[in-house]
Amino acid sequence: MSDENKNTQWDLWEVFTQKKTGAPHEHAGSVRAPDSEMALMNARDVYSRRNEAVSIWVVPANYIVASTPEDQGPFFDPSNDKVYRNPNFFKTPSGIKQIS
Amino acid sequence: MESTLTEEQKEIDFQNKIDSGIVIEPKDWMPERYRKQLTRMMSQHAHSEVVGMLPEGNWITRAPSLDRKAILLAKIQDEAGHGLYIYSAAETLGTDRQEMLDQLHSGKAKYSSIFNYPTQNWADIGSIGWLVDGAAIINQTALAKCSYGPYSRAMIRICKEENFHNKQGYQILAYLMKGTKEQQEMAQDSINRWWWPSLMMFGPSDADSPNSDELLRWKVKLHSNDFLRQRFIDRTVPQAEAIGLTLPDDKLKWNPETRHYDWGEINWDEFYAVIKGNGPCNRERLKARVDAHENGAWVREAAQAYAQKHFN
Repeated sequence: MSDENKNTQWDLWEVFTQKKTGAPHEHAGSVRAPDSEMALMNARDVYSRRNEAVSIWVVPANYIVASTPEDQGPFFDPSNDKVYRNPNFFKTPSGIKQIS
Repeated sequence: MESTLTEEQKEIDFQNKIDSGIVIEPKDWMPERYRKQLTRMMSQHAHSEVVGMLPEGNWITRAPSLDRKAILLAKIQDEAGHGLYIYSAAETLGTDRQEMLDQLHSGKAKYSSIFNYPTQNWADIGSIGWLVDGAAIINQTALAKCSYGPYSRAMIRICKEENFHNKQGYQILAYLMKGTKEQQEMAQDSINRWWWPSLMMFGPSDADSPNSDELLRWKVKLHSNDFLRQRFIDRTVPQAEAIGLTLPDDKLKWNPETRHYDWGEINWDEFYAVIKGNGPCNRERLKARVDAHENGAWVREAAQAYAQKHFN
């Protein structure tokens, strides 16, 4: 157990930072840490040396559920063929304020 | 979902993706060789950042002023951060960080040859920031457009921070060149020793670079070694002239036809000797890394034990 602890690089955490209030949190990269406290501190030291974050989220990497590249077709299909979600689809008289 | 495509078809599709500028992400299919080459490149790049902390760390206790000490500390901390960005990105390809570190510590993995040279005086800190980080900027700016998402994003982050390193180094030398005769001689001596090794950072000439074609085709490399090296020379010569430094190459001359500087020849024997492990500081650098890893084991153990006790 002791040897294992000596040679571990600690668990993987994904880091999300918010640049300023009002902005979304964005994926910044990852850190290794043995627990959530150190994950937060490491994330601050690695990803915000120049005031790049007002808020940081860290998530154990294995808790992230993600779509896969194979999904790209069928999973996202409903959004591909409903062009009428885009206002430009509709033809109306031009030059009218606030609606053209 | 099982893919019914043949390996050959998958490779063709992959190349088409690269050619059309699509960025490859960690879960995408990729040829094993692409994965392997990138893992090698990225882990060696990360090792370089961390080993690169050593020659500069040598002068923290002897920086000429408190300001310069604080600035040097900040620069070195940045290098640690850069190493960490790249290790994080390299791990997305499936190799555990411990394995990469084992390869470094056993001498199996390489790191940039430049860090096997000693820092003999304070002016060397200037040369490193100006020449070594300057060369790194040229290389990393190109890599920011590479085909692998995590690597390119790490490069973008690094490029933003590298400019301070470059400027800091140049300012050290500019300041010395305005000083006493002794200070000017120290600056000149420093660049006499760092100029040629900095040019070697760009790697062998293209004819002698076996991996290049494949890496260029996969947009893991965006330009040839010679192209980037020439870009570095063209940019740096006027900077040297502006502060009164003479670069140690008497063949250096502006060519109005090619609109580039003509220059002399690299001593490739020295380059190969250094990457084979026989540079001035190879053994010292490796020992420092191994010692740091082993002497830090108690920290890793303690943190892990604490976490198991309190967070499970």
